[in-house]
Amino acid sequence: MSCQVRPLWPPFVAGIVLGLVVLLTFVLVGNGMGSSGAFARVATEIGLQIAPEATRENAYLGDMAEGNPLAAWIVVAAIGTLIGAILASVSSGRFRVKVDRGSGRIGVAPRLLLALGGGLLAGFGSRLAAGCTSGVGLSNTAMLGVAGFVFLIVFFVVGILVSLLMRRVW
Amino acid sequence: MDYGTAGTALATGLLFGFVLEQAGFGSPCKLTAQFRLTDWSVFKVMFSAIIVAAIGILLLQVNNTFGAQGFYVAEMYLWGTVLGAVLIGAGFAIGGYCPGTSVVGLGSGRIDGLVFMLGMIIGVWAFAGVYDSDFIQAVVGGASMEVRTLPEWLGVSPWLVVAAMLLMLAGGFLAGRALEQRSHGVYTAEDITEGRDPGESDALGRDLGREASAARRTDTD
Repeated sequence: MSCQVRPLWPPFVAGIVLGLVVLLTFVLVGNGMGSSGAFARVATEIGLQIAPEATRENAYLGDMAEGNPLAAWIVVAAIGTLIGAILASVSSGRFRVKVDRGSGRIGVAPRLLLALGGGLLAGFGSRLAAGCTSGVGLSNTAMLGVAGFVFLIVFFVVGILVSLLMRRVW
Repeated sequence: MDYGTAGTALATGLLFGFVLEQAGFGSPCKLTAQFRLTDWSVFKVMFSAIIVAAIGILLLQVNNTFGAQGFYVAEMYLWGTVLGAVLIGAGFAIGGYCPGTSVVGLGSGRIDGLVFMLGMIIGVWAFAGVYDSDFIQAVVGGASMEVRTLPEWLGVSPWLVVAAMLLMLAGGFLAGRALEQRSHGVYTAEDITEGRDPGESDALGRDLGREASAARRTDTD
């Protein structure tokens, strides 16, 4: 593997290419790119494995539990996202197996606990908003949807405010 | 799901992950630096992507390439969107990722990205557990809007909205450049790979500069 770390793409180059990818997704699929929907389906599948009856009877997961929850467009797209990120990071010498603690002010266990807690909030929130930064923030806003604009404004304001508290931690 | 759908899903997902990693968005430090206003990459990448995609979508709809219905715009439930954005914004600042970028984090080897993904699955279960409650039902079904897009809502041309977004991008670019220069906070590929603060390499550079000028002074003495 190459040890040479290649530079990142300049933000506007990455932005223009990302915009074209979102556009291509609309043309090929009819809707934009999403991420969090895949997690709802994986959660349903795991639920079916460990508590099948409760999952099927659940008002939210029940619909997705009919048939195979993993046989969905958005799950395959998320697998693609993972493969794409691996290809990009390996080919540019940026792939490192690690717990990312930034410059290391925070311990491994607290960092993982924060990641778990942040994920929990994001997972819950993504079901309230019926999407996340990808599906609502990026794709819905590209359609000039009201939801996308509202999402982005609230997302940035809350992110900045909570970040004021978090900067002491990591 | 047929093979064609699976193929397009895999291909578009792959491109999505590839571009996000190339932008440095597998790094929770680079991502959250946007919220600290020291690295404006997230704003620049997202906003320029939205504008490019929006212009493309509008051009495709000019010739009605995809029928009168056009592409899919989700229904808008104001309270669900607002509260969801609050939790995702807070989760981002706390955990360092949003749902899509946690997958990119894992794809670049980050175990904290995987743990964030596990947290999301628990979050979905928690949501399913309280889905029947009056509060959640009121939020997810509340304040539905008939109008789904901003141009419809404001009664203006979609191109006017795109023009306003271009102005916002330009404003964000100028504000971002000023704040990035002041904080020296833009994460490079080396910073996010080796786990450094951008300030560290910068401070090192300044120290080396000081040593060099000190050396020059002794040389001329």
